[in-house]
Amino acid sequence: MSAEREIAVDYLARVEGEGAMYLKLKGDVVEDLKFKIFEPPRFFEAFLVGRRFSEAPDITARICGICPIAYQTSACNAMEHAAGVRITSGLRDLRRLIYCGEWIESHALHVFFLHAPDFLGYESAIAMASDFPERVEAGLRLKKIGNRLMSVLGGREIHPINIRVGGFYRTPTRAELEALVPDLEWALETAADTARWVAGFPFPDFERDYEFVALQHPGEYAIQEGRIGSNRGLDIAVEDWGEHFEESHVAWSNALHARLKTGGSYHVGPLARYALNSDRLTPRASEIAEEAGLGAVCTNPFRSITVRVVEIAFACEEALRLIDGYERPPRPHVEVEPRDSVGFGASEAPRGLLYHRYDIDGEGAIRAAHIVPPTSQNQLSIEDDLRAYVPGRTHLPDHELQWQLEQAIRCYDPCISCATHFLDLTVERG
Amino acid sequence: MRRLVIGVGNPDRGDDGAGLEVAGRVRSAPGIRHDNGSYELMDLWEGADEVILVDAARSGAPVGTIHCIEANEGALPGGLLATSSHSVGVAETVELARSLGRLPPRLLIYGIEVSDTTIGGPLSPEVERAIDELVGVIDGA
Repeated sequence: MSAEREIAVDYLARVEGEGAMYLKLKGDVVEDLKFKIFEPPRFFEAFLVGRRFSEAPDITARICGICPIAYQTSACNAMEHAAGVRITSGLRDLRRLIYCGEWIESHALHVFFLHAPDFLGYESAIAMASDFPERVEAGLRLKKIGNRLMSVLGGREIHPINIRVGGFYRTPTRAELEALVPDLEWALETAADTARWVAGFPFPDFERDYEFVALQHPGEYAIQEGRIGSNRGLDIAVEDWGEHFEESHVAWSNALHARLKTGGSYHVGPLARYALNSDRLTPRASEIAEEAGLGAVCTNPFRSITVRVVEIAFACEEALRLIDGYERPPRPHVEVEPRDSVGFGASEAPRGLLYHRYDIDGEGAIRAAHIVPPTSQNQLSIEDDLRAYVPGRTHLPDHELQWQLEQAIRCYDPCISCATHFLDLTVERG
Repeated sequence: MRRLVIGVGNPDRGDDGAGLEVAGRVRSAPGIRHDNGSYELMDLWEGADEVILVDAARSGAPVGTIHCIEANEGALPGGLLATSSHSVGVAETVELARSLGRLPPRLLIYGIEVSDTTIGGPLSPEVERAIDELVGVIDGA
């Protein structure tokens, strides 16, 4: 029998922004499959043209309310690269520290409120909260601790205003940072306990041979800078992104699809970072990963929830280390003088590699901007996952198949608002 | 008794700022203008006995209509309050607080029916009038 079936999700739940999914099956064969992003394009790259180089961090922060630090950091890196300036010692540590806050806040939101309900069979975190109030309260508190770290360094947690090209407008006192220590210690132990909880979730038996792409940095789990590496031997400077990756437009997405020029999809985000850098995790985070049964590499996208929890633990431990060694820098920023040049910057947003490129003139005006967010890069990988996931599961009734496919999409914590600078699901069977 | 007024919305999106205006103008209770994440509402109202939450509403009623909901009585009507661009809105936070047992003893939600939420736009005259009326209701109560 080869009846046609169509499964359509017109509006995907528990993702950031507006997206949909469409699947057309003929018997057991996938005839058509699309991860659709219909959130309107946001034209940020065009807004930047003609603006001062120093405005890029504040303008691009507005692309996302959940990961503004990622945008600010990639923009600062690019502008500093254009000017031939490098941020070192205390200012570099502070940039890494505020980014830890964003990882904690963003991952806590995804793990507890967007993803855990999938594995426990709840429609939402609200429904889950009645049965797991302590877990949901812990998630709220973790998110708040990440937010607080962002506020102390950034002035406020959403679209922080204290970050600038060259460093900060004001650096925190040691006492301000030390006040965060008890909460971060609690957060680290809570992450350890959460890892034991999520490691026991029922994960579908599904693995894929991904090309993982993430930043790598000698001696540390890369967050705010590094070279772009992959598990298949890619090792390039950020400025060479354009030589190895390309973007194209497809009719069903308002976000450009990125792919490797050598062909095919690649995967960015926590699984990629973990695969490339797990040997550089902090000691407690490493133990937590091991206790949770993660090997050196994890290729089951559903287990990304466990990796996110390990990264929460890592971010807490790293923040504690940075605070412990903190000495207030003599000046809050270094001067950055623009010059006629092109600057490249990248950092590891909670959802993966975030690449910026700016062409600026001698007066510091932006001539061209190019921003590639993680969700854009993951679109092909999401579609490849779904295509690989469906065969062998076509006996499932539509609602069950749809639920599992939506879950597969949520493994990526897609941020559609960022990618359009998406999620509805349609399954058609025929 | 600790009474608190919380206005939510975006001050840069025309009528969406209505709740913030109300919170800024009330005199009979502390007013908090909250233009941040929704989950934080639970922390803001911690310890209060009566909370008045003012938000923008979109139900198809005439612009400037003031909706009033006693949140303690049961689940909020779906689709009335404006949603947030980042997946968590006021209605979801109220329901989460209900599940967690973190609703204040009395939570009164006023929704002002809005029309124009253009970025950088002004408040509509009907919404301005509703703000005046609601401030009178809260302060006269």
